[in-house]
Amino acid sequence: MTEKNQDTQWPLWEVFVQPKSGRAYQHVGSVHATDGEHALQNARDVYSRRQEGIAIWVVPAVDIVASTPEDVGSFFDPANDKVYRHPTFYKIPKGVNVDVH
Amino acid sequence: MTYTDEKLKDAVREYTLRLADDRMILSHRLSELCGHGPILEEDIATTNTALDLLGQAKLYYEKAAELTNENTSADDLVFFRNEREYTNVQLVEQDNGDFAFTTFRQLLFDVYDILLYSELINSKDEGLKAIAQKAIKETKYHLRHSHDWMLKLGGGTEESNRRLKDAVDWFWNYSGELFYSDEVDELLIKEGIAPDMSKKRDEYYKTVNKILVESELDEMDPEVWMHSGGRNGRHSEYLGHTLATMQYLPRSMPDAKW
Repeated sequence: MTEKNQDTQWPLWEVFVQPKSGRAYQHVGSVHATDGEHALQNARDVYSRRQEGIAIWVVPAVDIVASTPEDVGSFFDPANDKVYRHPTFYKIPKGVNVDVH
Repeated sequence: MTYTDEKLKDAVREYTLRLADDRMILSHRLSELCGHGPILEEDIATTNTALDLLGQAKLYYEKAAELTNENTSADDLVFFRNEREYTNVQLVEQDNGDFAFTTFRQLLFDVYDILLYSELINSKDEGLKAIAQKAIKETKYHLRHSHDWMLKLGGGTEESNRRLKDAVDWFWNYSGELFYSDEVDELLIKEGIAPDMSKKRDEYYKTVNKILVESELDEMDPEVWMHSGGRNGRHSEYLGHTLATMQYLPRSMPDAKW
């Protein structure tokens, strides 16, 4: 029996775009490609058509180590009642640029 | 830029029109593949290239229209000239064929375009200079993309290598026309408006042959018989069919707006 939903295209690469100099790279999507240069070109063509950024990273999706849905509890719940970890008790001086994602 | 010398003005118009026609027809050929790319990402890449070339063609046509007379628009030049009035090289009107054909046709054009724009950015005609400065960035990417595909197809499977070889055999005799030169070129070279591309011919074939070898194909001989005639309105069987499709709508409904 063949596996359903199997990806018959080239390997998957995750694409990260840096919007401006100094900013963090942000995940914008993925492309199929046969190698790094090819992935970079495909990412350029698919994700930089509207001046989205100034630099691109591509990463083979298979090399990404991800947490699983079962990890949610042990990874994130312990922070539930620890509001003091949020720097919300400070006043942010004017002119400081804060990224809110 | 205004020209008082009528002869020079006509030459600039003719030269600009040739630049426009090459890019218009290649753009149209590539646009025919929209929705037919071998894979989604390549479909977008090919269409991007088509749009870049269309954008360049538009700028050249607007300039050529201005040099024609005040009643001529860029659209008139695109949609209401017949096959014999089109001055593109025969290379760009050739059929898309398979993906290897599309790739090699593009490579032959891109290598030439880089050499052309590297010089045209110094043109004494401010309009041509400005277009070249914008276009060279796009063209660098086109070449990077077509070059990469040459390596992939040539170094891929036995079949992809064979198909690429077929494409090289088909298109090779169309490459020479890129270096066609007549009195229009001679006058503009003298005036510092157009580059002397005959000086770039060796570099062109050296670059293309280097890419062929990298792509696991044999070097080709530039000193063979080459097609010509496109610059004077003599075309292969493909252009008429292309124009029929491209010009159908504005010719059926001349004042249609959309």
